Amino acid sequence: MTVFAFYLFAALMIASGAFTIFARNPVHSVLWLILAFFNAAGLMIIVGAEFLAMLLVVVYVGAVAVLFLFVVMMLNIDFAEMRAGFMKNAPLGVAIAVILLAELVLGIGAYRAGALDLGTPDGSATPLVGESNTENVGALLYSDYLFLFEVAGIILLVAMIGAIVLTHRAPASPRGQQDISKQVRRRPEEATEMKQPGVGQGVDL
Amino acid sequence: MTDFFISLGMDPTWAFVVATIAGILLIALPLMLAVAMIIYVDRKVWAAINLRRGPNVVGPFGLLQSFADGLKVFLQETIIPSAANKGIFILAPIITFTVALLAWAVIPFDAGVVLADINVGLLYILAISSLGVYGVTMSGWASNSKYPFFSAMRAAAQMISYEVSIGFILVCVVLYAGTFNLSDIVDAQKGHGLGFVNGYWFNVLLFPMWVVFFISSLAETQRVPFDLTEAESELVAGYQTEYSSMSFALFWLGEYANILLMCSLNTLLFFGGWLPPVDWAPLYAVPGIIWFFAKTFFFFFMFSWVMATVPRYRYDQLMRLGWKVFLPMSLLFVFLISGWLMLTRYGGAA
Repeated sequence: MTVFAFYLFAALMIASGAFTIFARNPVHSVLWLILAFFNAAGLMIIVGAEFLAMLLVVVYVGAVAVLFLFVVMMLNIDFAEMRAGFMKNAPLGVAIAVILLAELVLGIGAYRAGALDLGTPDGSATPLVGESNTENVGALLYSDYLFLFEVAGIILLVAMIGAIVLTHRAPASPRGQQDISKQVRRRPEEATEMKQPGVGQGVDL
Repeated sequence: MTDFFISLGMDPTWAFVVATIAGILLIALPLMLAVAMIIYVDRKVWAAINLRRGPNVVGPFGLLQSFADGLKVFLQETIIPSAANKGIFILAPIITFTVALLAWAVIPFDAGVVLADINVGLLYILAISSLGVYGVTMSGWASNSKYPFFSAMRAAAQMISYEVSIGFILVCVVLYAGTFNLSDIVDAQKGHGLGFVNGYWFNVLLFPMWVVFFISSLAETQRVPFDLTEAESELVAGYQTEYSSMSFALFWLGEYANILLMCSLNTLLFFGGWLPPVDWAPLYAVPGIIWFFAKTFFFFFMFSWVMATVPRYRYDQLMRLGWKVFLPMSLLFVFLISGWLMLTRYGGAA
């Protein structure tokens, strides 16, 4: 059954990866990409990394791909122009593909030859037996890799602040700004005033 | 259930497959029936609050109204706009509906009564509910029409915004329970409040989080007062504008299945799931599943109550509430709760 599930997810993932490239409509491309993410999550569950699988779906499918989809939907992409640029960018694309393939072959070759021991980079971080995936990841992240983890957090924080600084515009005028708590605090007594002006007297405003 | 099928003389692998399919049917079919009845309840509650009668013609007390509506919708013609992107247009309601059903796989109805008792249950729910946005976005884009597209963008922004604070609230609950498994989270709530109240709501640190969670779940399911995606005065019917017959009905069913899911999450995370409200032996004589449904139903009543009484938010107010109020607040409570737990549970050693 696991074998069947593996081939199902793997075949679907490769197929959706191919459709991501070959789809004529960019929105369809993004949707195929999402399917590929989903199948990758399925593969992770098969190897027992359920925590990573769920994070993949939450982060990539639930947030990153939604923004992709947004951008692609709102941009009016000219298909003819995109086709025309294909041959120009093809050598670069092929180069990247070759480099990735070489890295994969090297990595798998090194693993097969016994040069890498997955899960124990320096021998000290052996997986805790009998504990769930989530606890294992947490125990590793907050002990052996604490520094790298904190650095990653700071990089993300800097990126976030940078994005805010780049896009933030101070309002041109104070109009249109509202103080919600001030509005909520407002009572009828201060908002209205009863006047009984005599005939021909008028009211001071 | 697998053991039952093995006892019938089946091969264990086949018994597992058959048991899983039976389990799916046992959850999905009653869920659809529940959705039909809950729509009726929803309409009756609004009617009662508005001093109207509500549906009262089809069947005794109008009980069969939803089924009559379903039949009507089933017999209607499916209209696909000629300028629509056909494949995605048809796929969108199917995705909404499927995703709404998927999340129920990890909901425990009683001790041990759950289809998939997985370790990352709560993360699974978060993952699946983040998929819900695709049905709406795809329908809005594929309709190739302005109002649905505006509505889809609103819906996507709204759901992503409120998912962030929901995520932090779930972190608070997980910190207290020490597990992502929903059944274990419910078990951890036994006698949580002063030793006799079952549920995390009876806790100074978690009660505000429940309030935020309840409001966020209204926003997440696009219910009033956050139903900006279907604001009829601005957007006709929102992303469903171009849909008719069964494709429209699938959106409806998915929406209500999601609302029920959020009600049951309120129950499971803060109100002790299948446990009775207080830890008192005679109350355990009532089957857990009844407590679970009673609590879920109570939250559904609160959803309808809100819908009948609260006016709609403006869109900027909605975003302000999500990002400027709920997000900092839930982040603060993650900090407070982890600090409190460090002091009390883990010995205070930094």
